[in-house]
Amino acid sequence: MDAVSNAVHYVFLATAACFVLGLHQMNHPRTARRGNTVSASAMAVAIAATLWLVIHQNTITTTGWLVLASGGLVGAALGLYAAREVKMTAMPQLVSLFNAVGGGAAALIAVDDLLQADNPAGLGARVSLPGALDIVIGAVTFSGSLIAAGKLQGVVSGAPVVFPGARVLNVLLPAAFVGGTVWLVLSPDSRTALYALVAVALLFGVTMVLPIGGADMPVVIALLNAFTGSAVAMAGFVLNETALIIAGMLVSSSGGILTKLMADAMNRSIANIVVGGFGTGDGAPAVTAGGAAQVRSVSADDVAIQLAYAGKVIFVPGYGLAAAQAQHELGDLAQLLADHGVDVSYAVHPVAGRMPGHMNVLLAEANVPYTQLKEMDDVNPEFPQADVALVIGANDVTNPIARRPGNAISGMPILDVDKAKSVVVIKRSMGHGYAGIDNELYTDPKTGMFFTDAKKGLAELKAAVGEFVT
Amino acid sequence: MNDLDLLTAITVFVLSVLVGVEVISKVPATLHTPLMSGSNAVHGIVVIGAMLIAAESHTWLGYALAFVAMVFGAMNVVGGYVVTDRMLEMFKAKPAAEKTPRNEKTEV
Repeated sequence: MDAVSNAVHYVFLATAACFVLGLHQMNHPRTARRGNTVSASAMAVAIAATLWLVIHQNTITTTGWLVLASGGLVGAALGLYAAREVKMTAMPQLVSLFNAVGGGAAALIAVDDLLQADNPAGLGARVSLPGALDIVIGAVTFSGSLIAAGKLQGVVSGAPVVFPGARVLNVLLPAAFVGGTVWLVLSPDSRTALYALVAVALLFGVTMVLPIGGADMPVVIALLNAFTGSAVAMAGFVLNETALIIAGMLVSSSGGILTKLMADAMNRSIANIVVGGFGTGDGAPAVTAGGAAQVRSVSADDVAIQLAYAGKVIFVPGYGLAAAQAQHELGDLAQLLADHGVDVSYAVHPVAGRMPGHMNVLLAEANVPYTQLKEMDDVNPEFPQADVALVIGANDVTNPIARRPGNAISGMPILDVDKAKSVVVIKRSMGHGYAGIDNELYTDPKTGMFFTDAKKGLAELKAAVGEFVT
Repeated sequence: MNDLDLLTAITVFVLSVLVGVEVISKVPATLHTPLMSGSNAVHGIVVIGAMLIAAESHTWLGYALAFVAMVFGAMNVVGGYVVTDRMLEMFKAKPAAEKTPRNEKTEV
């Protein structure tokens, strides 16, 4: 290793350290933005160092420079445009898209390495095994993430798409790529093995994500995030670059932890979600217990009085809030109450939204200070002190039935909304959540149902509260 | 360029997982979305791999693969960091004092 190459690798080591520091600073909203800047600066330095290495090695052709520069510029422009223009509600799609391109790039690196090797037949398992794994994981992530993004965007049906033989296919395909991987490792010069492996992996990505329902998307995105990280780490093995191994595995552990947290929050195993099943929104409707139970319907003025004279109010937002684009109305109402001296906070369930932590971003965008955003474990002990819990667009995660065994959501961690002194639910109708079961919270005598559209209802509440407090 | 022996590479691999788990498990749920898009940007380091293969390419197939990998990698890095910064900027301890953010909403 010559001096320049050596120096560049020290830079890579520093970069990897900065990635860790940057992620570490994500442990508090106060420092998180700085952490991201540290990480981004380190990345810029690593890219500059790589350019230096490329110039120094001087094996690059003029066309190579053209490819490098034009590809980089086109990609950067696309990324910048997408990042600037994306709506916060569409963030899961964008993250999926970035998973797809990251996995895709990693797979292409391995494909290129195997195709371009001077003596492919002589490649040992040291290169061909991580190469094959990189191709499999990268290609599955690429096609799977594109399908996930399509589902989130509504281009691909959000409902689970199940076709005859899909499950058989999902068993056969992994068997096929285990076989393909072994074949490619044994004969790294075989073009047929390479192309077959790419094709099988791409197909598996599609058939893996298609049968997964919209409600399970937070888990799927996190899982694909973990895959992308592993693919990048494999690319690091292929290219002998520790920077890629470190960065890839940091991402992979992040994706893995989030996958587990999301699956736990939905009380489901990861295998269960990937194989498909409930959580799909169209499962058999559960038997309605005891016919139409009594619900108490309330008006905007009733709720406004309750809120205006409350000492402590906890808002419980669900994805329905974002679907109705009513975050800003909620933020305004909360601000009005806070200015009036009411203690307001938001109880955010881990799976509220379409990706891990999504609801927090949507509320932050609506000017909600992060000090008011409470995690489930922190806020649950506070419900008994709350005078009013206002539920907007959340359903299954507030259903007390989850504490009892023997139903679709038994054991799922829930927000203890029913422990508040009084409860108001803003909802358009008595419709069911993803689990397709009745919510006992709605028939609780202390619960008032405010039947309206979230955006309109919150605007009415704000106007009505305004009458009382000013 | 087999400078790195397999054992060293695997050591790095295992330690990275442990560091990752340790650091990431301290991130509060409030920040999980920015964490995800931020770590997304980190795996954009794959762009370095794309640059290295572009430097070694001398066939049309090689150029084509390197070009697509460059586009993907650069998009991943730039988009990932920019969108994470945009999100984190919104997390404030106190509500914005002046009401200007209301007007910005149209362009978001």
